Amino acid sequence: MIYNLPFLTVVALIAIGMYAMLFKKNLIKIAIGLTIVESGVNLFLITLGYREGGIAPIFTNLPPGMSPEEIPEKMVLPVPQALTLTSIVIGVAVLALILSLAIRIYRHYGTLNAEEVRRLKE
Amino acid sequence: MNLMEHLPALIIAIPLITAFLTPLVDRASKKARNVLVFISLLITFILVVLLVQRVFDKGIITYVMGASNPTETIPKQAAVPIRIVLEIDGLSAFMLLISIFISFIGLIYSFAHIKEGGGRFYTLFLLMVVGMIGMELTGDLFNLFVFLEILSISSAALIAFEFKRATTIEAGIKYIIISSISALFVLFAVGLFYGEYDLLNMAAIANEIGGALSHIDKIALILLFSAFAMKAGTAPMHMWMPDAYGEAPGAISMVLIATTQASLYALLRVCFTIYNEALHVVFPIALILLGLASIFIGVTMALLQDDIKRLIAYAAVAEVGYIVLAIGAGLYGFLGGGDKFASLEMWKVALKGGIFHIFNDVLDIGLLFLVAGGIIYVTKERSLNKLGGLAHSMKYSSILFLIGLAAVAGLPPMNGFASKIIIYESIYGVSPILSIVAILASIVMLAIFVKIFHAIFTGPKLAEHGEVPKYMLASMIVLAGLIIFFGLFPDIVLKNLVNPAVNALMEYGKYISAVMG
Repeated sequence: MIYNLPFLTVVALIAIGMYAMLFKKNLIKIAIGLTIVESGVNLFLITLGYREGGIAPIFTNLPPGMSPEEIPEKMVLPVPQALTLTSIVIGVAVLALILSLAIRIYRHYGTLNAEEVRRLKE
Repeated sequence: MNLMEHLPALIIAIPLITAFLTPLVDRASKKARNVLVFISLLITFILVVLLVQRVFDKGIITYVMGASNPTETIPKQAAVPIRIVLEIDGLSAFMLLISIFISFIGLIYSFAHIKEGGGRFYTLFLLMVVGMIGMELTGDLFNLFVFLEILSISSAALIAFEFKRATTIEAGIKYIIISSISALFVLFAVGLFYGEYDLLNMAAIANEIGGALSHIDKIALILLFSAFAMKAGTAPMHMWMPDAYGEAPGAISMVLIATTQASLYALLRVCFTIYNEALHVVFPIALILLGLASIFIGVTMALLQDDIKRLIAYAAVAEVGYIVLAIGAGLYGFLGGGDKFASLEMWKVALKGGIFHIFNDVLDIGLLFLVAGGIIYVTKERSLNKLGGLAHSMKYSSILFLIGLAAVAGLPPMNGFASKIIIYESIYGVSPILSIVAILASIVMLAIFVKIFHAIFTGPKLAEHGEVPKYMLASMIVLAGLIIFFGLFPDIVLKNLVNPAVNALMEYGKYISAVMG
């Protein structure tokens, strides 16, 4: 059960984020919702990469007292970590773009309420 | 070093490096910047043509990033591919050719009207091209996500490029929110696959799935399917499309069609390659329904618009509907649905029609967008109610617009007819109603475009305008020439480009074995 806790957190984060994106009208809150979903997905990726007793695959920085034979078995392929880092970087870029657009929207419309930002007709 | 071997990497690297050089060169000289962007895209275009030639000669090409031997997909110490593998088959080659050609035409068109902020514009433009061709080159699911995000960010910034108009910002923020949420869906699906198989390579995942789906595969399928269907702009999820296409500056509307089709390509890759025969028959039916809804909504909403670009954007929604409808019918037969339809092999024809229509859609709607962009540039006016009598001063544009509208409505000497007749004929096998709706929608489309042709070009002269700039005219004429040429000789495209693409979709085993050996 305790091992499933991170996955439950992932579900909770994604649900909260989706709720904020779907039901909140303020553009900043929508952006926050998006980042919460993204944190959920990032947490999911990083949880997948957890191996019990695993060590980082750096030969020059080994924990002391470890015999050379068991090192390769304990080393973890750092793919999920790499994926998460990439995803965080992309997330920053997306968030920066959304916020800069939100600033411009505020300048043009004088509001951040998504229901009032409707000069584009249906 | 054999340069031909490194073509796939160069195709991504050249526009990417140029994109970051552009703002620097822009400080020195505007003319040098234009020349630099033009040359880099021209070189990329030539390299893509060489690569496509190689794919058609030698079959599927794989390229391993960062390996000492770029063709060794599985390293000696491992049993599975762990590096990023670029994989190009007939379908990718077809899509690559369309994307780079449309970007090139769009670039020439942009030279005419981008005056301020060109450094930013061309940087974003090149990044958009990188995202688009990267999505079509890659054989790695996570890499696909990265290119999808590069594409989304740069296109959102380009949609909001004319930021002095409030509506462009509105369209831009809508686009980036929709895109990033669908990209997060893709990332979540990537995580699910990685957790289940420890793999990111599409061919390797397809190999592992091998006909039997676990629950995790099903969840990943739903996530990928809905995310890419949303990015491809099918009907209930189309709401960002008219905004984005309608507000984007000039040729970007046309290039955005090609980017939407890159997402459509990803959808095809997921359905035909990763899941192939394990797919439940409900998915092709969903595609058919999405296609019908797109056609219906696109055509009916286009009737109501009075903004010229927005109207064409709704027509673009309908055109996506035709592609999705035909491909859905093809997938339905591919999975053995509909006894007579599957046994008569009409589904192969439907698939051919759908793939061919990808090409025709971007040419036809693209030409209309270019003419509309030219009209907006010359008259500074977007409303159909205020435009009129332009044929007096813009003779060439009015003729080009006529060609475009005939092609979109599927009138005989144009390429739109060539693919639509294949679609009408083949989807009849699934249900006659599909053909009836498709034909009726084409007729309504003709009526709409005749109406706007009448509103914009005929009538008394309202004001004195010149013809559009010569760069714009040149790019439009190239598109119009291709529309007529492929309308008269559709066999050239069908035999040389569409057939290999359709074969690549059906022979998913080859795509898998190219990586797995």
